[in-house]
Amino acid sequence: MVQQQAEILRPETLIDEFKKNGVTHVITIPDSETNYLYELMLDEEWMDVVPISREGEAPSTALGLNIAGKTPVCLIQNTGMMEAGDSIRGMALDAGFPLVMIVGYRGWTRRGATPDSVAKYTEPFLNAFGINYYLVEHDSDGDRISEAFDEARSTKRPVVVLIGDEYHGFNR
Amino acid sequence: MIDGMEVLKAFQPHRGNALVTHSGTTGRRWGEVSTNENRDLRLESSMGQTTSAAFGLALGMPDEKVVIFDSEGSLLMNLGVLASVAGKAPKNFFHFLLDNECYATTGGQPVPNAQGIDYAGMAKSAGYASTHHFDDLEDFVMSIEQIMQEEGPVFISVKIEAEVQNLPMALRQRSGGRSRTETIQDFQKEMGIPAP
Repeated sequence: MVQQQAEILRPETLIDEFKKNGVTHVITIPDSETNYLYELMLDEEWMDVVPISREGEAPSTALGLNIAGKTPVCLIQNTGMMEAGDSIRGMALDAGFPLVMIVGYRGWTRRGATPDSVAKYTEPFLNAFGINYYLVEHDSDGDRISEAFDEARSTKRPVVVLIGDEYHGFNR
Repeated sequence: MIDGMEVLKAFQPHRGNALVTHSGTTGRRWGEVSTNENRDLRLESSMGQTTSAAFGLALGMPDEKVVIFDSEGSLLMNLGVLASVAGKAPKNFFHFLLDNECYATTGGQPVPNAQGIDYAGMAKSAGYASTHHFDDLEDFVMSIEQIMQEEGPVFISVKIEAEVQNLPMALRQRSGGRSRTETIQDFQKEMGIPAP
């Protein structure tokens, strides 16, 4: 149990990674798993939290910020990512800007079958779009977030960080 | 109903240094009127999302006025953006809606409840700082200078005539001009923003 607690992905790790990578804006729709992260982000003066109404707005709002020379990230859930498909296509993949999208992996389970269809389709969705992704389940995986930023910058493409839902400690 | 080009022409003298982008059939003709193309951005792509891109631009460049000529067909595909804009309340955001009551680019089919929607009322209810509605060109001409001095987010809906396109896509003349990538590159050069 103690070991499991130590491994839990802390929201502070995400914020540290954002700061390390010069993030200026976090475009987000809060979900049931990220409330504590949301509250922590609001306390950080160096980043601006941009709440949106539906996930399709995330890549397009990010494009405007990118054009302005800022460094946005999108923080959404896999359900919303699928809703945002056309915006990901037109406003991220076709745009030629680096973009990291942090995506809550609802339904993720390391063992056995998931009862949640959104988990079943998440990785096939990303593969269909040709978007590379990194799975982050534990705090020790945090440096993969910087890898995602590095890849986004070098390829000028969107890169996704999937947050393995089963393990994280974002809600308290 | 107003000729949409007359709206664009009436706006042009009051543009100042504003950054301008657009969606929809009439908004696309802004390039015929603009006299400062390095501050124009062509961001059209995903359905209804140009407005969100303009919103992001306004957040990222708070010292510059950002103008979008939106269309009601696009707005209906991304209505939540009204709340998103109102929530952050960028003072530099000017949201023009050129409402021709139809999908002009697909043959002129009416949008849902085409004549029954009060878009300025929706923006006001969402929380825009200032909203206006025009169905008379003279009123628009008389008001636009004052509107551009207002604190945003400002929403201006204008009833315009439809410029219906009804040819199959393969037979249509391409609009030409700069690509989206070229407008972004020219814009960033103009503004001294390093390329990513």
